[in-house]
Amino acid sequence: MVPVIEVEALTRSFGPIRAVDGVTFQVYEGEVFGLLGPNGAGKTTTVRLLNGVLKASGGRARVLGIDPAADGCALRRRTGVLTETPSLYERLTARENLLLFGALYGIPEADLPRRVDRMLEWFELAERAEDRVGNFSKGMKQRLALARALLHEPPLLFLDEPTAGLDPEAARQVTDLIRQLSHQEGRTVFLCTHNLPEAQHLCDRVAVMDRGRLLAIGTLEELSRSLWGGFQVEVDFLEPPAVPVADALRLLPDVTDVRSEPLRLTVRVTGEATIPAVVEALVRQGARILRVSPRQPSLEEIYFEIRKEAQP
Amino acid sequence: MNGRTLLTIAVKDLKEVRQNRAAWIPALVVPLVVVVLLPVGLILIPGLFRATTISMTPLSADSGPIGMMRERVPALDRALVGLDEYQTWVVLMTGYLLAPFLLIFPLMFSTIVASESFVGEKERKTLEALVYTPASDGELFLGKALAAFVPAVLLTWTSFLVYGVAVNAAGWRVMGRIWFPPASWWPLMLWVAPAFAALGVAVTVLISTRVRTFMEAYQISGSLVLLVLMLVLGQVTGVLYLSAGMALSVGLALWLVDALLLYFGIRTFRREALLVGG
Ligand SMILES: Nc1ncnc2c1ncn2[C@@H]1O[C@H](COP(=O)(O)OP(=O)(O)OP(=O)(O)O)[C@@H](O)[C@H]1O
Ligand SMILES: [Mg+2]
Repeated sequence: MVPVIEVEALTRSFGPIRAVDGVTFQVYEGEVFGLLGPNGAGKTTTVRLLNGVLKASGGRARVLGIDPAADGCALRRRTGVLTETPSLYERLTARENLLLFGALYGIPEADLPRRVDRMLEWFELAERAEDRVGNFSKGMKQRLALARALLHEPPLLFLDEPTAGLDPEAARQVTDLIRQLSHQEGRTVFLCTHNLPEAQHLCDRVAVMDRGRLLAIGTLEELSRSLWGGFQVEVDFLEPPAVPVADALRLLPDVTDVRSEPLRLTVRVTGEATIPAVVEALVRQGARILRVSPRQPSLEEIYFEIRKEAQP
Repeated sequence: MNGRTLLTIAVKDLKEVRQNRAAWIPALVVPLVVVVLLPVGLILIPGLFRATTISMTPLSADSGPIGMMRERVPALDRALVGLDEYQTWVVLMTGYLLAPFLLIFPLMFSTIVASESFVGEKERKTLEALVYTPASDGELFLGKALAAFVPAVLLTWTSFLVYGVAVNAAGWRVMGRIWFPPASWWPLMLWVAPAFAALGVAVTVLISTRVRTFMEAYQISGSLVLLVLMLVLGQVTGVLYLSAGMALSVGLALWLVDALLLYFGIRTFRREALLVGG
């Protein structure tokens, strides 16, 4: 796996505040990498540092093989950024906005009008191309800002809360597009969000950040394994067991946690090999088992567990 | 420095200014009055008085304000030699006293555009996308500065042309020849006017780190017009006569101030500072 972004002990302070505090991670080519964290975690600051828009107070970064602090201009030619606010020129038309940024990104003049047309078409803005952006809805602005970020076909995309404030349909359009950019076109996507279901849906790997520090990083599986060890199975019953069965399970070696609901047990085990023993113990107590299924904790559970563990 | 980048930024800024009618329409109308109505009025009014036989002798008399001025400023005296009363009036008013008024243009225009492009852009929060482009800090600065400077100078020269036509045409019956512009106008237009345009840009850039809105910036930098009014006053009272030589020195002083202010302005104009605001 080729790292597209390599960051080591990256730090940026604003006065006494450490917005980014000794962060180390890598992002690989072609993946969707999610940076999660509450407001003020340092996500936007990280994006700025990685694009050479802000200078780091300490640490190192290499993005697409370039040091952002040393050669931000060359780097930014090859990155596309969807900023937190669309920051479009509202007094100009959609087409003027794209033409302007296309020129700034160095798209050849002969190519530019055609590419702008294609983008407008693709983002379903062609009919409104000559309208001033000030009259656009939030979703249209977001689509136009995305079009702007993609215009120069950058191999690396930074998307800072791409679906914030969009209605479910518009949000869905955007997430579908992100999947397509990554899976079909092979672009690397660096996604900042606090929308956990969305991150779960989109991201190959996530990092959780809070108050400038990186709390955890990995795939969902890696994270849940490191949080709880082993994995979880859900046992569904046809009818509530006549006797409490949970306590017997707790006595089994390699069972680390049991949560009980009337018709379901959630059992955490250290390895797959323990599952037959669990089923056996339940059957022995007369439980009528309907289904045993592995359970992957949601990103939301993982996220809150990580945040909980990070509490002092 | 990439020419296309500079041009793109400059054109973008001007397109944005174009939408702010409340700012540029007065800036166009007021000068139009100065350039056409004022000189034509000044030339024609004495004609009306003459018809009612009011004497114009104070104009050429050795005593009175104009006599004193001629005495104090020999160059002016030489320019007025051999002219009759009415001609003296025309040349004195439109050829000398009104001249510094035209310097309001480069200042007004450059401060309007610079306020829009340096402060208005911050106010509208569109910088965020701009700083993520490959354009360098220098290109961003220069593009914006050119958007304010070049049109201001071109508009000044256009108004100079219009003024010249108006003055020569309205004064034709009195003067009987094309007499405008006197030599002192050339350094004023080619040397001092661009220096005023640059001053408008430089001052706006400097205050842009401290103000939040276009209006604030425009009001502060717009007060530079006082400088021009001081020149007018100096001219009218005879304290400062804008001869060619004097114009050259005033221009030089302005350019030096410009250079100094721009030097500090460029230093504050970094991506980092634009975003962080400090
Ligand atoms: N220009 C600045 N000046 C001072 N402090 C700043 C500046 N930019 C960011 N910070 C501080 O740095 C911290 C991280 O901010 P950042 O914007 O990176 O967070 P974020 O994770 O993007 O938050 P959000 O989810 O709200 O967008 C915050 O405490 C913020 O107040
Ligand atoms: Mg943010």
